Amino acid sequence: MDELIQILESINPDVDYRKETNLIDGKILDSFDIITIISEINEEFDIAIPAEEIIPENFNSAQKLYELIQRLED
Amino acid sequence: MNRINVLSYLDDIYKKLPDKTAFSCEDESLTFLQLYNKVNSIGSFLQNKGCYSKPIVVFMRKSPAMIAAFFGVIAAGCYYVPIDDEMPRHRIQLIFDTLKPETIICDSTTRVSAEKLKEESNGCFDIEEYTIISEYPHNPSALSKIRDKAIDTDPIYIVFTSGSTGVPKGVAACHRSVIDYVENLTDVLNVTEDFIFGNQAPLYVDACLKEIYSTLKYGATTYLIPKQLFMFPVKLVEYLNEHKINAICWVVPALTMISGFNTFKSVIPQSLHTIAFGSEVFPIKQFNTWRKTLPDCRFINLYGPTEATGMSCYYEATREFQEDESIPIGKPFKNTQILLLTDDNKEAAPGEPGEICIRGTAVTLGYYNDFERTSTAFVQNPLNKLYPEIIYRTGDLGKYNSAGDLMFISRKDYQIKHMGHRIELGEIEMIANKHESVECSCCIFDKEKSKIILYYIGAGEEKELSSYLKYSLPRYMIPSKIIKLETLPLTPNGKIDRLALKKMYSQEK
Repeated sequence: MDELIQILESINPDVDYRKETNLIDGKILDSFDIITIISEINEEFDIAIPAEEIIPENFNSAQKLYELIQRLED
Repeated sequence: MNRINVLSYLDDIYKKLPDKTAFSCEDESLTFLQLYNKVNSIGSFLQNKGCYSKPIVVFMRKSPAMIAAFFGVIAAGCYYVPIDDEMPRHRIQLIFDTLKPETIICDSTTRVSAEKLKEESNGCFDIEEYTIISEYPHNPSALSKIRDKAIDTDPIYIVFTSGSTGVPKGVAACHRSVIDYVENLTDVLNVTEDFIFGNQAPLYVDACLKEIYSTLKYGATTYLIPKQLFMFPVKLVEYLNEHKINAICWVVPALTMISGFNTFKSVIPQSLHTIAFGSEVFPIKQFNTWRKTLPDCRFINLYGPTEATGMSCYYEATREFQEDESIPIGKPFKNTQILLLTDDNKEAAPGEPGEICIRGTAVTLGYYNDFERTSTAFVQNPLNKLYPEIIYRTGDLGKYNSAGDLMFISRKDYQIKHMGHRIELGEIEMIANKHESVECSCCIFDKEKSKIILYYIGAGEEKELSSYLKYSLPRYMIPSKIIKLETLPLTPNGKIDRLALKKMYSQEK
């Protein structure tokens, strides 16, 4: 989780990612960010997020994103 | 009939297809007749207010209403300047300094921001709300008087692009350039009434002219795709399918986002028959994926600067490309000519690189309220010593391949293309240098990873500079990495050595 928070903070340090649950709907992250996050996750965790998992529900909070990473790691 | 006013497209089409949907977004649509009525209301309101031959800022959310406001401004004999709520305040202020606007059209989503802007800039402009002025009673006789006086070299819009001095440049274009562009572009795309466009480009850049004018000229339909969908490839393709979108003119990153995430394994665009792309070089692997997935689709590479209205060259890619090849930018549109000029202002020999310079009606009027910068890029054709003739120097290097197609090589300067936007690295540096704790800064661009990296020397922390840049620059110009150094490497003649920085960066990777 800490690694993920670090990736997110490198994109926007002003967000409290442990609390925020509205990253997409609240327009905190935009399309540039999503693409960056996906490629950083790819590098850091060595997993490719498949297209059908790139949906708002998985990106609205760090927790959701972390759950996705764990699911894909299994 | 000889077209001299872009409004004539609307005049023709609203009579022919009054009830067909022209423009649509999530929660709002306008038919051609509704559009015509809104345009005449807005035009009549502005005329009654005494606005004539003035810049009118259109500060609205991306919507069919915003397009109606554009044409309403033109109907009043004024020119529109589109501004977006996502532009940083600081940038809007710089634009207003150049523009000195007297009237701003807003909607309910931008009202508060507009009031704030007025307060911050001590602006002496009026804020008019779209919902009110788009219901204003028509005054046909006043509008037709304006129309009679109009000539085709009158400006109709100003769009702002990145400038290396830190101040954005406002490109002003006239009826004649836009008409010339639309006629020749739609010929190449083979637009018909059956086209259903899915628009990606923001309405504050010239790229949206493709869909707006193709729709007006042929009675096609354009869906303004919600920006959010460009984060979610499967949903985006589902949207295309749901609305039976058959033509798209997108920046390359929007297309590679879909193919790069292997979206086609889950869902394939069903209706697309025309894909035009531009703004950046299409990575061949991604291009081939698209082509294999949609073998019956037309793929058209477009190339051109804002200063020549939109696109100047096209190439229809009808074959598979090898990974070491690049897709040509091809040939100029009809009524446009490309000159390839060498450093000593001679025409480049076949195969020799030269600066791509553009001749023709599509060359715009120049940079608004900025004769100095206009005169460095819009120059006398050096090959013509006999009479005045302006060409636009793009700053792009190109050459002809053995098949006679124009190829893009690179930029002459530090301009880059990133996420479909044109960016001067110098502008980012100028803005960074304004921060009190930055002594000096230098930007490089990692093409492969599409990342902007800012190096700087100074007292402040990287985090502090990062939040300042977020406030001052548009999203697409914000460096992905900010790195503080003890010293910046210098070239023998004392300039910052970008090549050394690039080397340093690639070694650290």
